[in-house]
Amino acid sequence: MAANWLPPVALTASGRPIFLPGEVERYLLPAVDLEPGENSALLPLRSGLLVLTSHRLLWIDQSSTSGFAIPLAAVINAFHPKKSIRNMFASPRICIQVSSSPDGRVAENGTRSEVITVVMRGKNDPDAFYGRLMEVLRSRQWEASAAPERGDFGSGSPESATVATTERVRMPVVGVSGILRKEQELWESTDKSLQEAFQDLNALMSKAKEMVQLAEKMRLKLLSGSSAQGNPNDEEMGSKQEIQDWLLSVGIASPVTKESAGALYHQQLARELADFVKMPLEKAGGMIALVDVYCLYNRARGTALISPEDLLQACTLWKKFDVPVMLRKFDSGVMVIQSKAQRDEEVFARIASLAQNPDALRTGISPSDAALTLGIAPALAKEQLLAAETKGLLCRDVSLDGFRFYINLFTEIDPSDIYLIKNNGQVHLWLSSLSMSG
Amino acid sequence: MERLGDFKLPQFFNYPPLFTLQPVKETREKQVQLWKELILSYCRSQKIFLIGLEEDFPLFSNPVIERSLSHEAREVFLSALVNEGRAEWMDKGHRKCLILWLRIQEWADYILNFVKENGFEDSVMTIEEIRSGVETRGTELAGIDRGLLLRVLRLLEQKGKVAIFKGTSADDDGVKFSA
Repeated sequence: MAANWLPPVALTASGRPIFLPGEVERYLLPAVDLEPGENSALLPLRSGLLVLTSHRLLWIDQSSTSGFAIPLAAVINAFHPKKSIRNMFASPRICIQVSSSPDGRVAENGTRSEVITVVMRGKNDPDAFYGRLMEVLRSRQWEASAAPERGDFGSGSPESATVATTERVRMPVVGVSGILRKEQELWESTDKSLQEAFQDLNALMSKAKEMVQLAEKMRLKLLSGSSAQGNPNDEEMGSKQEIQDWLLSVGIASPVTKESAGALYHQQLARELADFVKMPLEKAGGMIALVDVYCLYNRARGTALISPEDLLQACTLWKKFDVPVMLRKFDSGVMVIQSKAQRDEEVFARIASLAQNPDALRTGISPSDAALTLGIAPALAKEQLLAAETKGLLCRDVSLDGFRFYINLFTEIDPSDIYLIKNNGQVHLWLSSLSMSG
Repeated sequence: MERLGDFKLPQFFNYPPLFTLQPVKETREKQVQLWKELILSYCRSQKIFLIGLEEDFPLFSNPVIERSLSHEAREVFLSALVNEGRAEWMDKGHRKCLILWLRIQEWADYILNFVKENGFEDSVMTIEEIRSGVETRGTELAGIDRGLLLRVLRLLEQKGKVAIFKGTSADDDGVKFSA
């Protein structure tokens, strides 16, 4: 294997790195080689994507299937060699001095040191990257989140200290009222940080991490609360679920932005989006309208909003990646995101069984009926019904009563004997549903 | 199941999609076939030769389920019959359609057969006698459309099977069957 000299990075299903708590993406560079020190026998990493985050320097291979990390905590120094006549035409490079263990692995507090060379093969701006790297190194954000999580909010203020102590002796959280009470207390304790946050946009940006942490914390509390509870009634569970969903949709801690990703923007956006839509897709039964995704996604991103064009471009890029979702355009022009796992046959089977229940046989189904039964948006339901019609499963009835779909009986009736009714066929089923209604 | 006059309607006449022109190709083909069959058997049983697209036609609406065929659908179904030689447009505007539950050639054969079975060889009948006389009562020829009958007879004349001659008035136009 190429590089066991660097710790590996976990990647999401669509090839985005999984970030540490509090880690934020700062800069991306395509087509980058990482070369180990000169005296090392280790193999270099060729032509990957370099991601500078607040905590690590990540290298992800071209196909986005594996990646390696240099923890910034292990970085001792970084320098940008001056251009000389000798290296004028060579690719720009930046050297990073890191501490390493005696066997040559990069590690914090190592006894030895090693120089890793970052070679930029693409059309990149080495100075911008170097500047950002030094900025990140100086800010030492990895230390902040490595510290214990307790008392993150408004740390140092006496109020939060009291809250923290009272929290320990408090009654166990029971039911919605308990959650609400707990939330109320949290709100009070974080009121100050919220007020500060909303003073101006810059302040909000700097508080964004705390806000996400707050949301995450509340979610975890809710989760542990529900598992501890013995016999919660459905309504409580429902409202809890709702709160959880709300909080979950707060959570893109480090959204891909044009600033951080540059030319790689749409590509990285596509990967982030593929990860994001997984949950809403599951909930929506495998298909979700593009406009809905646009709203959900921007809500999750919070501040760094994307335009509809960006979203569309990101979705069209999916074709090039191995992601579990796809963009689909119906004949009508309605666009949806569909999970690849969802087979059309399944949808058709559901529609067929829906169209064969006695009421539907008698009066047909409207898109809104189907939307209710299938748990999807009416516009989508209509698309699926139309698809089932094209497939020959259904046929339409347009009248003053509106647009309805019926199970397709045309295929079963024999034109050479129009009075013949096959036993146990669809026509038979349809007739018996008519006689049932009287 | 309801009846239209003495015509027994098939069960699926109460199926609402029957009255909406289906957009999907395979489904439409099936639908057109059923309608062709329905129109021919209805017209045959009711001795209907002409369908006016702009007039009410009992088969084209179903008051029980409150559905009726659009003008477009009527034209599609009748055109399908025309394409098979089972109907003919009477005008360029496709407002009137002659239904041929027997094709022209089949009518010709029918007449020859009728003549033979009844021993009318070498005898003379007027057009009106064929259409409403006692001789043809109970046969398909009773009530046949005048225009259609003349076309069939002209076809037979070309083949030398009959001779048409003019009478003093249109009603007296006659035909002599050859042996």
